[in-house]
Amino acid sequence: MSTLSFAPVKLGRYLLWGGFALILALAPLAFNKGAALSILSQIGTVMIFGLSYNMLLGQGGMLSFGHAVYSGLGAFFAIHAMNRAGAGIAVPTSLIPLVGGLAGMGVGILFGYVTTRKSGTTFAMITLGLVELVFASSLMFPGFFGGEGGVTTNRVTGTPVLGISYGPQIQVYYLIACWLFASTIAMYAFTHTPLGRMINAVRDNPERVEFIGYDAQWVRYLTLILSAFFAGISGGLSAINFEIVSAENVSAIRSGSILLFVFIGGAGFFFGPLLGAVVGIFFSVMLSDYTPAWQLYLGLFFVVLVRYAPAGLASLMMLLLRTVRFGKFGRIWKPLLAVCASTAIGLAGLVMGIEMLYHLTLESANGSTMTLFGRLVDTKASVPWCVALALMAIGIVGYRRLQPGYGAAWHEVNAEIVARLSGRSP
Amino acid sequence: MEFTLFTLLNGVSYGLLLFMLSSGLTLIFSMMGVLNFAHASFYMLGAYVAYAISSKLGFWPALVLAPIAVGLAGALVERYGLRPLHKAGHIPELLFTFGLSYLIVELVQLVWGRAAVPYPIPRELDGPLFTLFSTSFPIYRGFMMLVALAMLAAIWLVLTRTRIGLVIQAALTHPDAVEALGHNVPRIFMWVFGGGCALAGLAGVIGGNAFVTEPGMAATVGSIIFVVVVVGGMGSLAGAFVASILIGVLQTFAVALDYSMMSLLNWAGATITPETPGYELLKLTISQSAAILPFLLLVLILIFRPKGLLGTRE
Repeated sequence: MSTLSFAPVKLGRYLLWGGFALILALAPLAFNKGAALSILSQIGTVMIFGLSYNMLLGQGGMLSFGHAVYSGLGAFFAIHAMNRAGAGIAVPTSLIPLVGGLAGMGVGILFGYVTTRKSGTTFAMITLGLVELVFASSLMFPGFFGGEGGVTTNRVTGTPVLGISYGPQIQVYYLIACWLFASTIAMYAFTHTPLGRMINAVRDNPERVEFIGYDAQWVRYLTLILSAFFAGISGGLSAINFEIVSAENVSAIRSGSILLFVFIGGAGFFFGPLLGAVVGIFFSVMLSDYTPAWQLYLGLFFVVLVRYAPAGLASLMMLLLRTVRFGKFGRIWKPLLAVCASTAIGLAGLVMGIEMLYHLTLESANGSTMTLFGRLVDTKASVPWCVALALMAIGIVGYRRLQPGYGAAWHEVNAEIVARLSGRSP
Repeated sequence: MEFTLFTLLNGVSYGLLLFMLSSGLTLIFSMMGVLNFAHASFYMLGAYVAYAISSKLGFWPALVLAPIAVGLAGALVERYGLRPLHKAGHIPELLFTFGLSYLIVELVQLVWGRAAVPYPIPRELDGPLFTLFSTSFPIYRGFMMLVALAMLAAIWLVLTRTRIGLVIQAALTHPDAVEALGHNVPRIFMWVFGGGCALAGLAGVIGGNAFVTEPGMAATVGSIIFVVVVVGGMGSLAGAFVASILIGVLQTFAVALDYSMMSLLNWAGATITPETPGYELLKLTISQSAAILPFLLLVLILIFRPKGLLGTRE
């Protein structure tokens, strides 16, 4: 980038952030049922958590398996602060996330010193060890962690300020939305600070960073502390949202799921975790209402994504947007649609098979019939199995037939775009 | 004396089981640089496959067939899952195995249900091996130790005394040179991965009936074997052995010791009451803290000896 550039009012940027704020403000109007509002609140907290995780994974190349330690301990401190509201220092509920954030930061200062001494695979394993350590000790100290049952609270305390008591879910949603907006801006701003740039350099070439005179370990440590701060904020918000925090909040399972979500969204893009949070909550909260097989679907989705699109959904979206921007989408949409249609047919067959298999092995006590796609299906009969297999076969054959044509069109279009891009800026 | 001896024996047999798991993990890691997150899942798969085979054919065929089946599954995973990802770097490979561990748990639950399955110890190995003072040592524990030691000897012989072992060792450090000499390095990788998984499967066959065969069994050992690999030193087989035994003995002793800081201080003459500051910490017994000891050891090792006990690389 040249240093002589003139900085105009960046309209695009204002539009983007304004649009984000607008979506946050208007989302409850579109999804106004009780359950939908609670799902939106959850998505908000997971978005902050995912963005903070991506400070490590996407920007620092640090694969952590223990990020729930920071959000979880932040949540515990937040919930104890809420329970202390009656006695001693009272923190207003709106600022409880800050308590969580500071607690997460403190834990980050303590643990980060050990974990960030290493990078790469060893870092991943140490974080796994730490999360197990915290999880195991959470059952050892029931006084603070509340044992098996967890710690509960009541978010409605004190006199309402301006009519806000945080009793109704909609008020909690807007609190989360405000914190999400502020945290997103702060984390985006972080990517433009010198530290944010250095952590990218440490990710790409730590040796060279050391030669320039920076301490790679120190850069990782500082980034982790900041990331832990935002994780703690999300923990504090989830404490307000659920009014309960238990040992599960600091578990390896929670840490693993945020890794899954961020990776699905796309760790290489700043907004990837936002996408990942929506998809992740879709799988783990909404889909789990309909099918016991949701973990299998999530796992399959993740494995397929790692295998074929390691940069996540965000990269797929950006590549498609690029073809649109260069006006070449018209050449690929037909084969793309055909491939998608055949995949959808195969997927329908797969889902049908998996659902029937689950019913057959786990719920056979309730009889062999089940409702599938709104129809009554007998899992012991051979017809539904044949239908499922046929759908899968059609999907596979269709994909193998159509994919080469689409692949060729896609490569041709992308080669042209790359040629034009490199021609424009040599 | 009696307590020490038997706890030591139990600890060593548990440590040897850990070694069967961590040896495969270490072998795969030092060869391919891939940390196989699904390793404990292959252990679980071994136990379940052995349960399925032993209910049809008996325990002894299962002891042979289940590790082979798990090894083949591992080789397929390497061939069709990991090898195409190899050029994308280590993190996608690690994440692939991470996703695989989710999938295997779900598939196991799908096939064998969510509850524990009855996978018994074979009748000929049921009973006491010897009785000393008043405690008896089960035959099966001895059998586990025997299998683990036989496996240790077999790995050592294969790696140091056979042609294949020499090629594997050479491919560890100089894969390009080995390939230039006409060896198919990707295929060697595939079989090392399969072999490591087969070792995990073997551990599952003999660990599944010593403990419980349930969908949660992968998660219970999964994090411990990572601790073993780091404490022993990444990529060091001898280190993995020392660390496995150390952690096995440490944990077994800790579970059996019912002392706390409070009892020590009370013995020294101080009186500890619930009003004393830090009472919750002081009253914790060693047995209560057994679960965190391996992880505590991990943190301490990383602070004071980042290479691990016998590791050579940082």
